[in-house]
Amino acid sequence: MEPVAVVGVGMTAMRRERRKDGYADLVYEAVCLALEDAGMTIDQVDNVVTVSNDFFDGRTISSMAIQDACGSYDKNVSTVEGDGTFGAFYGLMRILSGSFGTTLVCAHHKGSESEMALITNAMFDPIYERFLGVEAITSSALQARAYMDKYGVTEEDCALVSVKNHGNAFRNPVAQLPLELTVEEVMASPYVAEPLKVLDCCPISDGASAVILASAERAAKITDKPVWVRGVAHCCDAYHLGDRDLSDVRALQYAARKAYSMAGISDPRQEIDLVELYDAFTYMELMWLEGLGFCDPGDGGKLTASGATALDGKIPVNPSGGCLSGHPVLVAGLNRIIECVLQLRGDAGERQVDGVRAAVAHGVNGPCGQSHCVWVLGGER
Amino acid sequence: MEDWRKDQEIVVMEGRIKVPYRWAAGEVGTRYLQALRDEMRFLGTRCPGCGIVYHPPRRNCPDCERECGEWVELGERGTLLTYTVVRRHHPQLSPLPLPFGYGIVRLEGADTGFLHLLYEFQEGELRAGLPVEAVFAQEREGSVLDVRYFRPVREVG
Amino acid sequence: MGKRVAVVGVGMTKQRSSRPDVNGQELINEAVRAALEDAGISRRDIDAVVIGNMDHFEGINYVDTWSVDGSGALMKPIMKLTTGGTTGTTVAMAAYYHVASGLFDRVLAVGWEKNSESDTTGAIITAFDPFWDRPIFAGAVAGLALEATQYMHLTGATEEDAAYVAVRERRHALNNPFAHLHINLTIEDVMNSPYLSWPVKMGDMCPRTDGACAVVFASEDVVEEFPNKPAWILAVADRHLWAYTSDPYVNQAIENGWWFPALEWSAREVYDKVGIKDPLKEIDVAELYLPYSFAGLRYMESLGFCERGGGPDLVRSGATDMGGECPVNPSGGVMSSNAIGATGLLRVAECALQIQGRAGDRQVPDVKIALATGFGGCFWSDVLLMGREMPEKPRG
Repeated sequence: MEPVAVVGVGMTAMRRERRKDGYADLVYEAVCLALEDAGMTIDQVDNVVTVSNDFFDGRTISSMAIQDACGSYDKNVSTVEGDGTFGAFYGLMRILSGSFGTTLVCAHHKGSESEMALITNAMFDPIYERFLGVEAITSSALQARAYMDKYGVTEEDCALVSVKNHGNAFRNPVAQLPLELTVEEVMASPYVAEPLKVLDCCPISDGASAVILASAERAAKITDKPVWVRGVAHCCDAYHLGDRDLSDVRALQYAARKAYSMAGISDPRQEIDLVELYDAFTYMELMWLEGLGFCDPGDGGKLTASGATALDGKIPVNPSGGCLSGHPVLVAGLNRIIECVLQLRGDAGERQVDGVRAAVAHGVNGPCGQSHCVWVLGGER
Repeated sequence: MEDWRKDQEIVVMEGRIKVPYRWAAGEVGTRYLQALRDEMRFLGTRCPGCGIVYHPPRRNCPDCERECGEWVELGERGTLLTYTVVRRHHPQLSPLPLPFGYGIVRLEGADTGFLHLLYEFQEGELRAGLPVEAVFAQEREGSVLDVRYFRPVREVG
Repeated sequence: MGKRVAVVGVGMTKQRSSRPDVNGQELINEAVRAALEDAGISRRDIDAVVIGNMDHFEGINYVDTWSVDGSGALMKPIMKLTTGGTTGTTVAMAAYYHVASGLFDRVLAVGWEKNSESDTTGAIITAFDPFWDRPIFAGAVAGLALEATQYMHLTGATEEDAAYVAVRERRHALNNPFAHLHINLTIEDVMNSPYLSWPVKMGDMCPRTDGACAVVFASEDVVEEFPNKPAWILAVADRHLWAYTSDPYVNQAIENGWWFPALEWSAREVYDKVGIKDPLKEIDVAELYLPYSFAGLRYMESLGFCERGGGPDLVRSGATDMGGECPVNPSGGVMSSNAIGATGLLRVAECALQIQGRAGDRQVPDVKIALATGFGGCFWSDVLLMGREMPEKPRG
């Protein structure tokens, strides 16, 4: 793969409700922040990829609302419906094709304007599953149980993730939910669907984000702190939950192996310094860590309990506070990439981890982590 | 900020997307739902290439693409693979009163699991590997809810 | 530098008003298996899948992950794109960029819709702004009628001129066994059909269709593996300019000489990339997303096939009929079949068949260059130029 860099990033604050700001306002804010970060004007953006979902926006052709705001006027533009990591992947390919020197990728979400349970219920097959009333939390509970049963992972192991990530959020000004928690407090929070409790689940959020990607040639003119895309891949498992072993992370393993291979990484445990992954629920952080190869299957809880994934640990995971501390869907994956970029540049403020040279960002589509996208980012090509 | 904003709440328009849907089950799905409705039987389809018995039935194998021509009758009992007990009621989604559960059940004769509701269980009774059985609705109309739910098998002595 | 990209296999379902015999995944699978068979490969040879439709027409969220049983994406990368009416061409362009990036050699593009499963107009209304447009706006037909009246006002074009296009499209469809409508219409039939929103009549509009289309894209590095002759992508471009219903009618654009800037600018971009100076002469066949008859007049002008206001004369001259200078929509086009998410991709598939000389009764002789367009959103346009000869160098 020819070198492509992230040259600008912008995130709005994630909040439970940003009533004053419509979708277009949020996108405009994020795009302006990314342009300012890159020191670019919109004229230097060669093409645009927007990310949105018609269900979450309550609007067919959801990208129509933000065409003015994203600055796509008289530019080539397209829309990925899925997590921001997938949208950014498309933006990357448009540069690799040789057609464009820079791509602006933006994503938006306002969870406050709709009903999450009804919308995630619509992920399920209308003939065989939807009328059962299953949605994101209840389906994830099935996966959490399968995973915990298989490896003897406990609810306390999962609670540690909530304590850590909500704690990290205090150092991230855009995070929605910094909380000082103990494992006991997480354990005492009420069940939503066993074994998932309120404090195992991500919040509902409003927010938007944008990143600007550039070819090596263009990046050299834009910034002296480019962050390079070293590898990226995605993979999708079977659809019906009963077709999958929900405790298995084979699609993530496949995507991770491919991304590592592109990046020339043979041992992620030694060669990756930081991870931002899609922790929509606490158990997911443990499973995804295993799928990404940072520990053996079933050892995610032990790794977390050892302190290795803490801000000052060997492999800090979700220093931003993760999705547990702010979860604008779709935007969330872009935010994982952005946090890696800030850490690699040394721009992560109070939560800066020392000596980050390579980082992994991860996003998810579909129920129970059916489809995974893995990015390896680095300060060097 | 301009003065008018001081005491003005942001206007919020309420709306609902009112689109009626009519999802066709297709020939394979219709045969399956017909058997549930009329005979209270579960049917799967077998892939001639992989040998996998799919439940719910598939027209073509998602893996090797071959047509799953063979219908296989499945038991109405099966094994619980994973489960959750729902503790928060959703007025538009929850089909049963709390506490009800969701489970993935592998029916006798099937290779894949089947997502459905769990009910009539004791607190703490659910576990992976538990034998469960289907409870059919009295009035059946050709949908997956013709099975009201699955419950732990109770041997009548 | 990127890779050059060709279409090497196409598959389509017969386009029908309703397909209750299959569910959504099975409908998709029908087109996917046809495309794989046409390309002489199996699911396992595919490196990535891109898929598109319009969410509210079937009410299925995360169609990429839902589709896996049908789209063949099990344990493969799959990405969903959606841009309204342009979705099918957007998917084709995404497949193009997947391959051009050098990251994937064989990519499957899938577009589909089961319009029979919902209220199409009820869903389309939700495309528009909930504060300013939605309470007033009445779906796609009214928006098109605004364009038609503006066009008639500016050029003096008549309803009969538009009816000529409606008749041509349906006549061409008689040669296409996959088309939804097979009806022999006269201009009188169209003129006598009931008004939906003046001046647009029933006979001027596209139908609602169930259908799917799948297309295999391959890199220059592997194109020799396939039995079909490659149909090369020469250039792609799009503009999705507007956000509000009234944006496309602003006087400023018209006063500046732009009638349909999204189509005019994206067409100009692909012509410049390929070096097309006289599109009517140099392009051998066009498969255009004409959602209704008046588009068949105005878009001729936007595409540079004639001067402003020259659409009616050009069309009535027979230049766009079979046997004319540049036949438009030998397949019967969108006015004969409109499974919306598939529609744009079908334009690309038809261009590939024309270039490969495999279009059967609808074949135009000796096609070297073909033009495909997508229309949607708020007067948005996607444009792809395809050709028989491999381009000298890769270009978007």
